[in-house]
Amino acid sequence: MIEKKVKIINNAGLHTRPAATIVKLAGKYKSEFFIYKDGFNINGKSIIGVMTIAAAKGSELILTFDGPDEEEASKELLDYFQRGFDEL
Amino acid sequence: MSSKINTLLKGIAAASGITIGNAFIFSKEKEEISHESIDNVTEAIKHLEDALALSKKELKKVFSLAIDKLGEKRASIFEAQMMILDDPVLIDNLKGRIRREKKLPEYIVDDEISKYIHLMNEAHEMYMKERSLDIEDIKNRIIRNLKKKKWKSKISSDVIVVTTTISPSDTVLFTQANVKGYVTDFGGLTSHAAIVARSLNIPAVLGVNEATSIIKDGDVLIVDGFHGEVIINPDEERILIYKNKINELNLYDEKLFKLRNKPAETIEGKEICLRANLDLTKEMDLIFRNNPKGIGLVRTEQIFEEYEAFPDEDEQFEVYNSIAQKIYPENVTIRAFDIGGDKVLPVDLHESNPFLGWRGIRLLLDNKNLFKSQIRAVLRASQNKNIKLMIPMVTSIEEVFETKELIDQCKKELKKEKKSFDNDMHFGIMIEIPSAAVLTATFAREVDFISIGTNDLIQYLLAVDRGNEIVSKLYQEFHPAVIRTLSHIIKEGKANDCKVSLCGEMGGDPLALPLLIGLGLEILSVSPSIVPLVKSIIRKLKYKDTLLLADKCLTYSTEKEIINELNLFYNSIIDN
Repeated sequence: MIEKKVKIINNAGLHTRPAATIVKLAGKYKSEFFIYKDGFNINGKSIIGVMTIAAAKGSELILTFDGPDEEEASKELLDYFQRGFDEL
Repeated sequence: MSSKINTLLKGIAAASGITIGNAFIFSKEKEEISHESIDNVTEAIKHLEDALALSKKELKKVFSLAIDKLGEKRASIFEAQMMILDDPVLIDNLKGRIRREKKLPEYIVDDEISKYIHLMNEAHEMYMKERSLDIEDIKNRIIRNLKKKKWKSKISSDVIVVTTTISPSDTVLFTQANVKGYVTDFGGLTSHAAIVARSLNIPAVLGVNEATSIIKDGDVLIVDGFHGEVIINPDEERILIYKNKINELNLYDEKLFKLRNKPAETIEGKEICLRANLDLTKEMDLIFRNNPKGIGLVRTEQIFEEYEAFPDEDEQFEVYNSIAQKIYPENVTIRAFDIGGDKVLPVDLHESNPFLGWRGIRLLLDNKNLFKSQIRAVLRASQNKNIKLMIPMVTSIEEVFETKELIDQCKKELKKEKKSFDNDMHFGIMIEIPSAAVLTATFAREVDFISIGTNDLIQYLLAVDRGNEIVSKLYQEFHPAVIRTLSHIIKEGKANDCKVSLCGEMGGDPLALPLLIGLGLEILSVSPSIVPLVKSIIRKLKYKDTLLLADKCLTYSTEKEIINELNLFYNSIIDN
C-alpha cells in the first residue's frame, strides 16, 4: 500500500471538474484508491463520494493506493494534484 | 376516508366536455416515497437499471444540445451527474441494499443518495450547498424515472388524473394511457396541459388549488369542463343529471358532425380556410373525423417528447412523411422544434428567465446539426409538394436569412445524394414576438407565409407570464393593443402578397372568431376537436357584419368595451 499526503494548491479548490477528472484517472487502475479528509475515508473511484469532499486551497488530504498497479496509479494522481489540477 | 357526498370544487374551465370517473392522484412530491417491502429482488434491480439508463439518456439529450452554451462550470456539473449514474461504488451499494433490505428501489435511492447530500450540507463552504442541489437534482431524476414505470402500470384508461401541475412529459404518459379527464391545482387556460387537453378533447378543470389535498385516490368525480366544476363523490341523482347532460352533448356533437363535408364559409359564401393543429400523432384520427382543410401547425417538439433521445433524420422523415401522406392532397405545415421556454428541456439549463432566453429559432441556429437534420427530413417528406416549413420565435430578419441559407445547403446536399424533394417548398415564420409583428412587412417580402401565434404574442406584448397565477388575470386576449397588433399584421402581410394565418388558441375562441374574420384573417388553424364548432360559427356569420365589428373594436381603448361588443355580436348570431 502507498500512502501520500497532498495539498490543494489551485485557487478554486477541489471543485466539480477536478473531482470528475480524479475519478476518471483512478478508474483506469485496478488498485483501490481512497481519499482521507476530516475523519472520512472516501472511495476515490466514486464520483458522488469525491464530491462530498470540501477541500479549499490549502487543505491537506491523504491519498492511499492499494493493489497490483499502485505505483503507476499513485504517480499519475499525485502528479495531477501537484499540477494544481492544471489550473495554476 | 373520502370526502363528503357532492363536495363541489371550482377551478378554471380549461377544456370543455363532461366526464364521470374515478380519481387517480398523480403525485410527484418527494415525500411520497414508498417504504413498501418487496418480494422480487431481481425485478427491483432491473427497474433500477432501467431508471439509471433512462436518466442517462435524458441527460445526454440536454447535454448534446447545450454543450456549447453551458459554460465550463455547468458543463462539468452535467458531466459529473452523468458519471454518478455510472458510479460503481454507488450502484453496488444500491443493489446490495435492495437485496438485503428488500425495499423498493425508490426508497433505497432516496435514502442512500440523501446521505451524501447531508454530508455536503454539513460543510461550511457555500459551494458545497450548491453542489448538494445538483446531487438532489440527479436523485430526483432517478426517482422520477423509477416512478414513471410504476405509474405507467397504474394509470388505466378510465381514470381522471388529479395532480398539482402537468408537465409536457407527463402529458405523453397520460395520452398513451387514454385518461378520461384532468384536474389540477395549478395552471391556466393557456398552460401546456390545457392546450393538450383541448386538442385531445379531454375535459379539464385546472387551477383548483386544493384539488390534490381534498380529492382522494379512487373518489368518484364528475368533471364539468364547461363550468370549471368538479363534484366529488356525487350521489345517484347528481350522476343521473350529468349522464343526461353527456347524452345531450353527444347529440350536439352528432349535429355538428353533419357539417363535416360542408365548407367553412360565411352566409355570403366567403370561404375561410379552416385547418387543424397537430400536437400528438394520436390526433390524426380526430383530424380525419372532423375533416379540416389540412394541418396548419405540427408542433414537432411535442411529438419528439415521446422519444428518449433526439430522433435522427431518418426517424424524423418517417414521422413527417407519414403525416404528409395521410393528409394528402391537403397541405401540412411543419413547425421546426420550439424547444425552450416551458417546452421540453428548460429546467435542466437553469436559465433565470427562459421565456426571454434560449428558445425556438435561437436554439436551432445554435444547434445547426439538429436543425439541419430536421430541415432535411422535412424536405425529403415534401416530394408530394404538400409540406411547408415554418420557424418559431423569430425576432430579426437575419434569422430568416440564416435559415434560408441552411435550407439551400440542405437542398444542394439532397440533390447530390439524388434524393427527391419539393424544390419550391413554402417557407414561413411564426409571428409571436412584438418585434416581428412590427416588422411584418419586412418579413412578408422574404417568406411565403406568416402564421400568428397568439399565445406567445399576447404574453410578450403585455409582458405577462401566462403561467404565473399572480398576474395571469392581466393576460388579456382582447386587450386593445392585441387587437390593433393583429390588425397590423394581417394588413401588412396581405399588402405584401404574403399568406397570413393564425394558429394560436384565440382562433378556437367562439367570441374571437367574428372579430378575427372581420380583421381580414382568411386562414385559421385550431385544435382538431373544435373544428366542427368553429365551422358551425363561421357558417352563421355575415362577412359584412364582421367587418363593421372589427372597425368598432379597433376604436376602443379598454378590453372591457371590446368584450362587451363581442358578446353582443355573438349572442345575436346564436339567436338566429
